[in-house]
Amino acid sequence: MSGTALDPRTAPTFPMAAKAMLGDTQLRKNVRHATDVIQAKRARVVGEMPDWQELREAGRQIRQHTMEHLDFYLEEFEANCTRAGGVVHWAKDAEEARQIIVRLVKSSGADEVIKIKSMTTEEIQLNSALEAAGIHPYETDLAELIIQLGQDQPSHIVVPALHKNRQQIREIFQRTMNLPNLGERPQDLADAARMFLREKFLRVKTGVSGANFLIAETGGVCVVESEGNGRMCLTLPETLITVAGIDKVVPRFADLEVLLQLLPRSATGERMNPYNSIWTGVHERDGVFDGPKAFHVVLMDNARTEILADEEGRQTLNCIRCGACQNACPVYRQTGGHAYGSVYAGPIGAILTPQLQEMHHAQSLPYASSLCGACYEVCPVKINIPEVLIHLRNRVVKQNTAGVAGFFDVEAGAMKAMGMIFKSERRFRAAQRLGRMAETPLVRKDGQGVGWIGWLPGMLGGWTQVRDLQEMPKETFRDWWETRGKDGR
Amino acid sequence: MEVVLRVALFITCYNDTLFPETGKAVVRVLERLGHTVEFPAGQTCCGQMHYNTGYQAEAMPLVQRFVDQFRGAEAVVVPSSSCVAMMRDHYPKMAVALKNERLLAEVEGLLPRVFEFSEFLTKRLGLEDVGAYYPHRVTYHASCHGLRNLGLGDGPQRLLKAVRGIDLVEIAGLEQCCGFGGTFAVKNAEVSSAMLAEKTTAILNTKAEACTACDNSCLMHIQGALHRQRTGVRTVHLAEILAGDEGVRR
Repeated sequence: MSGTALDPRTAPTFPMAAKAMLGDTQLRKNVRHATDVIQAKRARVVGEMPDWQELREAGRQIRQHTMEHLDFYLEEFEANCTRAGGVVHWAKDAEEARQIIVRLVKSSGADEVIKIKSMTTEEIQLNSALEAAGIHPYETDLAELIIQLGQDQPSHIVVPALHKNRQQIREIFQRTMNLPNLGERPQDLADAARMFLREKFLRVKTGVSGANFLIAETGGVCVVESEGNGRMCLTLPETLITVAGIDKVVPRFADLEVLLQLLPRSATGERMNPYNSIWTGVHERDGVFDGPKAFHVVLMDNARTEILADEEGRQTLNCIRCGACQNACPVYRQTGGHAYGSVYAGPIGAILTPQLQEMHHAQSLPYASSLCGACYEVCPVKINIPEVLIHLRNRVVKQNTAGVAGFFDVEAGAMKAMGMIFKSERRFRAAQRLGRMAETPLVRKDGQGVGWIGWLPGMLGGWTQVRDLQEMPKETFRDWWETRGKDGR
Repeated sequence: MEVVLRVALFITCYNDTLFPETGKAVVRVLERLGHTVEFPAGQTCCGQMHYNTGYQAEAMPLVQRFVDQFRGAEAVVVPSSSCVAMMRDHYPKMAVALKNERLLAEVEGLLPRVFEFSEFLTKRLGLEDVGAYYPHRVTYHASCHGLRNLGLGDGPQRLLKAVRGIDLVEIAGLEQCCGFGGTFAVKNAEVSSAMLAEKTTAILNTKAEACTACDNSCLMHIQGALHRQRTGVRTVHLAEILAGDEGVRR
């Protein structure tokens, strides 16, 4: 049922994919509108918090402390979850996580599952694994349902169908729900989704969720959402399977005081999420279950331990998946999420994806940023995304210039030459003179007698696609400085 | 002028090569205010292009070079926010990576004396009116590094508002990146162009004759499109506006 998955191993490079997206007028309009709306809402509810910067700092400290003691808190979570009647499974990678979940679903006797919106299940491409095992997954988050029915892929962490507008969603529902006369008012669409989903909630016996937070102190799992469909999936099924990256743990219940202020304001511009669910193990009294009879948590590593080992990259794991960086990013706002070739798009995707996957498959992502810093400014846990982007660029360069191949890399050659030039002012001045001579054949005078370059060769041609370049002045600053008279002229 | 400062000018590699008029304007403003300007001859580049593109090994030697050239200065003035951001945000870390404690101590000693040009005027000298005259309609572009990394705030606008004859008009989306981003403009030329189109539209909507900023890097990119589209709108570094003194305090 799912379309071609977003997979960095097979995706085109960011500049290639972005080029295609830039030609899609409707998509760009939808992305622009949605990110504008969310940004305005966020700015309003953040602006009303006098201690927002202190909250951000508290959030950063909680996350950093957790990462420094991740082994301890994971074991504490396991012990407390187990004590409460949950079963904890450990998965070292996506493949192991998929196998565990498929096995658990099958042993629950189900051939279909209802799902709560979860980026982690997208990360491990769980739906196609379930389908391959003869299990039908039903997405119940409205946006994820739109994505699933439209055989599309998520383009945003929080608002996965942000690239679709109402008319496009109506068309998907008309086609896939067999509702040719469906109206286009928001309530028409919500009614259609409700009718479609209610029947699944009541019928399907097994639920799959992700997690916003795992609480080590209590063994509880927390999910926040806006629709209440998640709450249905948490309470109605007999078996509930939660899959979460090991980075989702927080030490104490009280830490949610900070994180549940930061997350909704940053994510959807709400003061609080309409539905905040926390469940801890299973609850039974006199043979009657309150909620699921069986509860499993799959704690998945999938390269997170490697990220943790990298001193400069590890702050990536502090992310609480609010998507604020995506809404603020001027690159994401032009291209939308699919250009990133990964379920994690935007600035956070540009740093997370290359670290989750092998760097070879996502080398263009650390460069998919102008380093403007808008992401860092809005990040509720103060992840310095530009700093990590630069760190990853360095890793890309090291990878590409290692061995013989590096010798033939044009960019690396040019960069090394420039490096040599900047090491000596004499060489720098020679290069300035050489540059003036080299550009001469390309310069054309305009009506004012000023020389402009309208075409540049090779990689530099990217510049002259839409921009002219003024010719180099005849005299550099330092030439002028040396010859200036005592009168300051 | 109560205090006469010995100001060392770090012109930066691209201003030296491509925008000498900006450097001349900085000298003119500082001297008009009564300070002396020095130009350490061995200076080249801050290393930003290499560092931000991933060639950190090539940027490393430039930290020592900068310190060697500027350690004696009372103040270092740089007409580029992004170069100052490079030094403030990364030089200490680079000295640590080089395991060079003496360099780290020198960097930490020197950085508090390093100022972006407008920052030097507003924060170090506490000035807004530098006696400039510029009778044109102008809009100000806040470069990302000045805005976010240096926290220049409305300092540049306050300097501009004090200019005689100027018609300063605010641009829509002041905090939006223009899409330059160094090698980003070439590596992701298509996206950079899309961001630039938004910025030039906003500039044209102001009906300004010129767009100014504290960074010639952004301005070179913006100017490239304004010229390609034959808009007739110019770009001009903030220092060149502040250096204008025709008819005033001659």
